[in-house]
Amino acid sequence: MNILTLVRQVPDAEARVKVSGSAVDLEGATLVIDGMDEYGVEEALRLREGGANVESITALAIGPKRNEDALRTALAMGVDRAIHVETDEKLDAVALSRVVAQIAQAENATLILVGGQEADWDSQALGAATAERLGWPQLTWTNELKVEGDTISGRHDVDDGNESFSAPLPAVVTTQQGLNEPRYPTLPNIMKAKRKELRKDSLDTYGAANTVRVVNAEIQTRARMNRVIDGKDPQAAAEQLLDLLRNEAKVLA
Amino acid sequence: MKLIVAEHAGGKLTKATLEMVAAAQNAGGEGPVTLLVLGQNVAAVANEAAQYAEQVLVGDSAALAAYNPEVWAAAAAQIAQEGEASLVLIGGSRSGREYAPRVAVKLDAPYLEDATSLSVNGSTVQAQRYTYLARVTETVEASAPTVTVTVKPGSFAPAAPAAAAGEQYDVELELPAARTQVTGRSVEKTSRVALTEADVIVTGGRGVGSPDNFATYVEGLADRIGAGVGATRAVVDAGWRPYAEQVGQTGKTVQPKAYIALGVSGAVQHLSGMGKSKFIVAINKDAEAPIFKVADYGIVGDVNQIVPALIEAAKK
Ligand SMILES: Cc1cc2nc3c(=O)[nH]c(=O)nc-3n(C[C@H](O)[C@H](O)[C@H](O)COP(=O)(O)OP(=O)(O)OC[C@H]3O[C@@H](n4cnc5c(N)ncnc54)[C@H](O)[C@@H]3O)c2cc1C
Repeated sequence: MNILTLVRQVPDAEARVKVSGSAVDLEGATLVIDGMDEYGVEEALRLREGGANVESITALAIGPKRNEDALRTALAMGVDRAIHVETDEKLDAVALSRVVAQIAQAENATLILVGGQEADWDSQALGAATAERLGWPQLTWTNELKVEGDTISGRHDVDDGNESFSAPLPAVVTTQQGLNEPRYPTLPNIMKAKRKELRKDSLDTYGAANTVRVVNAEIQTRARMNRVIDGKDPQAAAEQLLDLLRNEAKVLA
Repeated sequence: MKLIVAEHAGGKLTKATLEMVAAAQNAGGEGPVTLLVLGQNVAAVANEAAQYAEQVLVGDSAALAAYNPEVWAAAAAQIAQEGEASLVLIGGSRSGREYAPRVAVKLDAPYLEDATSLSVNGSTVQAQRYTYLARVTETVEASAPTVTVTVKPGSFAPAAPAAAAGEQYDVELELPAARTQVTGRSVEKTSRVALTEADVIVTGGRGVGSPDNFATYVEGLADRIGAGVGATRAVVDAGWRPYAEQVGQTGKTVQPKAYIALGVSGAVQHLSGMGKSKFIVAINKDAEAPIFKVADYGIVGDVNQIVPALIEAAKK
């Protein structure tokens, strides 16, 4: 089995976001590998370590230069090699899936792992769009995964709870918190990673045209009243709060 | 036509579906608002749908007894193609956002994800959506004969029933066999109002202290004031509460009139799921907790003392 695991480099969740003009400005932001993708990298390594028949694990990133760092992280965690399709264009999921699907085919991948939701664009679409292009099944929001022969099974979250599943490979699986605890790259592995292959590809060869334009970005914050009551006298505080909710906010009867 | 794939549960349309109807009615663009009802034995749902949409297309078959992303995507894409839909609206639920990208790829149509607003101008569709853990509002646009959209629940006021009932038509669907087998299911049922539909939500975090306390304080207060119950990821991971109650980046996104957070620190991943609530109330013993920064009202105090007093006071 060849595993393709997708990664992206995104602002750290705790980092402040700012907007310059009509676009988000990442200058000066702390960037990290997208946590949701990191679970996928870790899971690929665990499948191999757990005895599944894993021939290769390739990390793939499509996007600006900064994604090289996410690929280096994945290499240091233990993936075999990396591919970076470098572009400054912000591609939507439908366009991106074209690239991922072609690379999956070229790499003979039978399992694609990708984060359940992008930490920056909040998109959940790439896994499903890629699965559709390849004609594969998909399992989203997975928090338990097993591979036995040509079958994957596990557990994933659905609208109103969770389900156990089994599906034939090849397949796309989207990953999330709870699936595993990603390892920290050790220094020797970081050094070793420097010698691993990181192939650069040009987007031109994949014929992926963007279909969604971002015309504006702004930070909208709701003004909050920040009326804080001291709780030293619980009864008085409770009554005051209820009064505000009933008579000022008018949200309680 | 403007096609909407209806979401329904327990034989009724969800509130999110009525919100999509309103979104389609008010977006502009041409063609009748059409609800597609998929499932098995869905006549009652179809009748209800006819009160809201000009046309109702009904795919009623055993193959649609249970949701599967490939099956749903095939059905929606087929109908969109046959009806030359200019817009395909799908719920911004977990399942909706799971199969909508497949529909977009099948139709070779742009996909606007998790829209909080929607307008059509000729063949250009514009929507707003939240990004960067809901801290940024982006305006996105696509121009194509068909545009696929998922609609974020809670973003539109639900449509009211129309004066005249819409026409109902049965549709023949060519459906693929489901390849994914569901081998077990744990559905977390609650007798309370669904989180995404609740006007008021009481959420408990780790500061509540224990599963027992959660029942006494969080559920106790929620039941007293008729609210839904939410939880942070920390308490879901600890096994105190079911995942269905989780609010945040990896849980549900809610936008109630009032969101009351008990013993919740206010991590960015949690805020991204509730930060758009109309009023936010925090009770936390740490005056420096980040949740107070987004709160309209707050009490600095111990939930063990404040919440019983609140429950008592709410009896009056
Ligand atoms: C990829 C990713 C996705 C995530 N998704 C989500 C998500 O969807 N939803 C989510 O909620 N989290 C999510 N998280 C986790 C998030 O980062 C926080 O860890 C979590 O929200 C913290 O939950 P908490 O507020 O219950 O606990 P804590 O952060 O431990 O806060 C407990 C609070 O209770 C207060 N407290 C303690 N005792 C008392 C008392 N007796 N009375 C009053 N107050 C008290 C404390 O002062 C503290 O502020 C995610 C994290 C990651 C990395």
